[in-house]
Amino acid sequence: MDSVQKRELQLQANQIRQDIIKMTGQAGSGHPGGSLSGVEILTVLYNNVLKMRPNQPDWPDRDRFILSKGHAAPLLYAVLASKGYFPREELWRLRKLGSMLQGHPDLKTTPGVEMSTGSLGQGFSVSIGMALAGKLDKKDYRVYVMLGDGESQEGIVWEAAMAAAHYKLDNICAVLDYNGFQIDGTNSEVMSVEPVADKWRAFGWHVIEIDGHDLEAIAAAFQEAQTIKGKPTMIVARTIKGKGVSFMENEVDWHGKATNPTETEKALAELQKIRG
Amino acid sequence: MEKIATRDAYGNVLVELGREHNDLVVLDADLAKSTKTIKFKKEFPERFFDMGISEQNMIGTACGLALSGKIPFASSFAVFATGRAFELIRNSVCYSKLNVKIAASHAGVTVGEDGGSHQAVEDIALMRSLPNMTVIVPADAVEAEQAVKLAYEYCGPTYIRLGRAKVPVIHGEDYKFEIGKAHVEKEGKDVSIIATGLMVAQALEAAEELQKVGIDAEVINMSTIKPIDVNTIVESAKKTGAVVTAEEHNVINGLGSAVAEVLVEHCPVPMRRIGIKDAFGQSGKPDELLEIYGLTAGDIVKEVKELRGRLL
Ligand SMILES: Cc1ncc(C[n+]2csc(CCOP(=O)(O)OP(=O)(O)O)c2C)c(N)n1
Repeated sequence: MDSVQKRELQLQANQIRQDIIKMTGQAGSGHPGGSLSGVEILTVLYNNVLKMRPNQPDWPDRDRFILSKGHAAPLLYAVLASKGYFPREELWRLRKLGSMLQGHPDLKTTPGVEMSTGSLGQGFSVSIGMALAGKLDKKDYRVYVMLGDGESQEGIVWEAAMAAAHYKLDNICAVLDYNGFQIDGTNSEVMSVEPVADKWRAFGWHVIEIDGHDLEAIAAAFQEAQTIKGKPTMIVARTIKGKGVSFMENEVDWHGKATNPTETEKALAELQKIRG
Repeated sequence: MEKIATRDAYGNVLVELGREHNDLVVLDADLAKSTKTIKFKKEFPERFFDMGISEQNMIGTACGLALSGKIPFASSFAVFATGRAFELIRNSVCYSKLNVKIAASHAGVTVGEDGGSHQAVEDIALMRSLPNMTVIVPADAVEAEQAVKLAYEYCGPTYIRLGRAKVPVIHGEDYKFEIGKAHVEKEGKDVSIIATGLMVAQALEAAEELQKVGIDAEVINMSTIKPIDVNTIVESAKKTGAVVTAEEHNVINGLGSAVAEVLVEHCPVPMRRIGIKDAFGQSGKPDELLEIYGLTAGDIVKEVKELRGRLL
């Protein structure tokens, strides 16, 4: 990644953050915290990694991405709009009656959404089926999936983890958005998920640990994952919930609450300043 | 009369379909020998996925396969396939309207000796409450075979309820099952017996008994519980003026409830529901359990006579 590229991705990530704040602010509800923590990961994924054709969302050879932590829908929508899956204006109709952008991702209404998610744990399980089908059809598309740390308390996550290793699904690359928070508090207060990396290794996964806001590290991790044969890869990405908005960072209350107009302005002003 | 379990018919027809269609894949959760998917596994090991004892992940994985152009049939016991995995079926299969087939065996008390923990008496209720879901309960091996073939052709979430016990083959080779269409097995004018699954054979036996005492019963095989065949129910009820339903399922929210919903809106007539009276099953031989839970031809005869007596 050269410096020009990096600068471009930084600008794009910043724009995605602004979109998340604006979307949820206008909607009056939604999940900004866990959307903001995954911004760099999805920015790199959609700009540098995924094989895709936004004007042909069902292109059979495309790489798949499933947002298993479906409540971060604003993040996914902002990224999909930036890639041209649908007009940007749609973002401002988030969560409104009849909108193509439902409160949680809905494959029936939104081009580019590979799976309806929102019930935690399910999207990850669905990625196993997509990867199995890819192997069966001898296709070389890859399946990417993003999980939350709280989400990984669900039993099905570990059923799926076991199955992915059993079937040697090296065409799966998962990312754990490890921001340390869920709804009722930090993971360690609610239900500790540590030692995370050891758990995934014990389940037969190749594990890469990175800073989930470091664009170069994210790109390198996705690249490393593509070279791993015979086992699936989990990228454990350390992130900050609410990243980029000072009053949201590591504040559990911003999990599922939108900014009011004053807060929206404040957040946008901060982000615009960083953009410089 | 020859007797074959509907799960056996399922196992056989899967292999037949597998030979014709490369996109057919089968998943199981460590019960392939019981659900009979083992036959498919033997012939097409590369298209068979044992997901281990993880019914939720089996359904989620089936969704991923469906999204990738496969037509997955996922099997387990009805208790686990619909109960443990319920919310997966709700949110991933039905809400997303995916082409996933859930073919569950060991429904009802005729599971037998394994007892109440393994006898699904609520699976029809669970499945029929989900938007986009089609619910099929074959009455015998012939119907099961056709149901599986049509489920393969049909695009959308489908639940097929199969049994462990051998049941009489009541249909000939010329029988033609259609999804959403009830089949009048025997015409009659005095009472409509609407049955599903193995209770259809019991209903036919009951009709013979009733004929002897001068009651001409119509027997309707309601093999699709959802979408339910409103026309056939209403026409028959208009003709006979009395309805008795029969199912190997809780009387709450199964066939009886579905028929009652139709009748109260379109043609209210006196009605009785035969089924498990809001109870769990227990260990015993299938025939003993059918008797204990009031699910025999004799029970149908008794109910019909009682209802007719009140009406006369
Ligand atoms: C099965 C299920 N249970 C509960 C919820 C409600 N819920 C939504 S988000 C959330 C917390 C998620 O925490 P985490 O996965 O860490 O996400 P992040 O902190 O990254 O936003 C919960 C409990 C849900 N959506 N699905």
